[in-house]
Amino acid sequence: MKNIWIIAKRELSAFFNSLMAYILLIIFLGFSGLFTWFIGQDVFFIKQASLQAFFNIAYWTLFFFIPGITMKLFAEENRSGTIELLLTKPVSYWQVVLGKFTATLVLIIIALLLTVPYYITLSMIGPLDHGAALTGYLGLIFMSAAYISIGIFASSISTNQIVGYLLALVIGIFFQIIFSFVGSGMTGFFGQLFSYLSLTTHYESMARGVIDSKDLIYFLTIIFFGLTLTTSNLAKNRL
Amino acid sequence: MDIQVENLTKIYGKQKAVDNISFTVHTGEVLGFLGPNGAGKTTTMKAITTFLVPDNGKINVGKFNTADHPEDVKRHIGYLPENNPLYAEMSVIDYLRFAAELQGVPKNRIRERILEMVKLCGLEGEKHKNINELSKGYQQRVGLAQALIHDPDVLILDEPTSGLDPNQIVEIRELIRTIGKEKTVILSSHILAEVEATCDRIMIINKGRIVADGTAKDLRKQAQGKEVLQVNIEDGDKNDIFNALKALHSVDMVDFIKGKNNAFEIQSKPDTSSRRPVFELCVKNKWALLEMTIFETKLEDVFRELTMK
Repeated sequence: MKNIWIIAKRELSAFFNSLMAYILLIIFLGFSGLFTWFIGQDVFFIKQASLQAFFNIAYWTLFFFIPGITMKLFAEENRSGTIELLLTKPVSYWQVVLGKFTATLVLIIIALLLTVPYYITLSMIGPLDHGAALTGYLGLIFMSAAYISIGIFASSISTNQIVGYLLALVIGIFFQIIFSFVGSGMTGFFGQLFSYLSLTTHYESMARGVIDSKDLIYFLTIIFFGLTLTTSNLAKNRL
Repeated sequence: MDIQVENLTKIYGKQKAVDNISFTVHTGEVLGFLGPNGAGKTTTMKAITTFLVPDNGKINVGKFNTADHPEDVKRHIGYLPENNPLYAEMSVIDYLRFAAELQGVPKNRIRERILEMVKLCGLEGEKHKNINELSKGYQQRVGLAQALIHDPDVLILDEPTSGLDPNQIVEIRELIRTIGKEKTVILSSHILAEVEATCDRIMIINKGRIVADGTAKDLRKQAQGKEVLQVNIEDGDKNDIFNALKALHSVDMVDFIKGKNNAFEIQSKPDTSSRRPVFELCVKNKWALLEMTIFETKLEDVFRELTMK
């Protein structure tokens, strides 16, 4: 536990020592703010005090934003050789992977906390469904965690950050669009299977204010798979 | 803390990077790995640090096996990898703190240890700089400092002096010698003088096998068993002289030296000297002995002979 936090702390300070974290935070806040308040199906267009517009846009911005953060986590260590330093310290593969996962999740939570003013503003201009807001945020956190684990896995495959980014997007696009698209075109068992696999289905039900253990299990499973594949990838490279 | 390596084999694809090697290093010993590039030095070191999993063989560091207790092994090892990878964007102090925390140095001792390392490795002026602002020599010192931060029983240093200037090299060598008195040290290098100056014991590795193991003195003696003379003899026919030299009891091999007339290289049989017989031969035949030089075996020659095969 202590080792996980030591590694997470280092990653967090690396995020904030490079411009990357700030640029991505600005992009995230810029996009989500713009589309929540000013452009498209924004709050004033639908004339409801609802965070639905924010949750929709945040869902997509995070989809592109997370691989940008995770891409360097292992690729950079593999490229510069620092992975050797890290893995010859008395830590386990899981501690390394969880440390990096935790750091990224903390960064995302910071980004989401910076949007709390949206929530406060909305609650002042109209009746807001506080429960739905809470589950919506929770949904964003779970969805982020799932994509972080996919991104970390993608990063561990290569020494090239761009490969890490694109691979994370390619894997992500299946969960984001393709599974639900295929699922909606099919009936019976496969139809159900693919719509269950679609991350969007699970996220939307949380954004609407429903917390179902089925959705939580789904997110936890993706996280578990992503991180397990990463650790076995680390172990494989040592053979 | 002793290091025991038994039948270590590591295969990359079809090539055996390390081929069934076994050795033991004891506490207080500084062992130098010597070998051409790609001989298997780095692979062996990586296997000891648990970074690489061997295809075959057993490694024990103290009483811990690398396969069964990797974390205990790593806790006792200070490791400076080849090319000294570092987190470039961190400051020296932050980086040393990170290394100390991961190595489990108690919280109340971390500050003290960092300051000791900074002093020991001569980083006082650089401690607040970012690592990527440092010159290669200072980065190497940071690498050494992080390897030593938890006062490990075993030190594995892969080319510790690469990138250092001559003054720094002397300092680092001295440091390694001092540390080596109470710890177990393995270092690798392809600089012979360095290994000779720092190590109690030298192991020459070639193509994944140990081809020589002993002190610098042992190795030299081993190769010096055969005396090699270079002589220059005039006033006789080249071929006559050649045959006469060859007929001497103590002579094992004679060779013409290319490019020089009447110059020969004479290799004596083990534990004999041909200097007197050659002189007497010249006197007998009234040849003029213009030059006779003992070709001294340097560690370089031992190395060349063992690794060029």
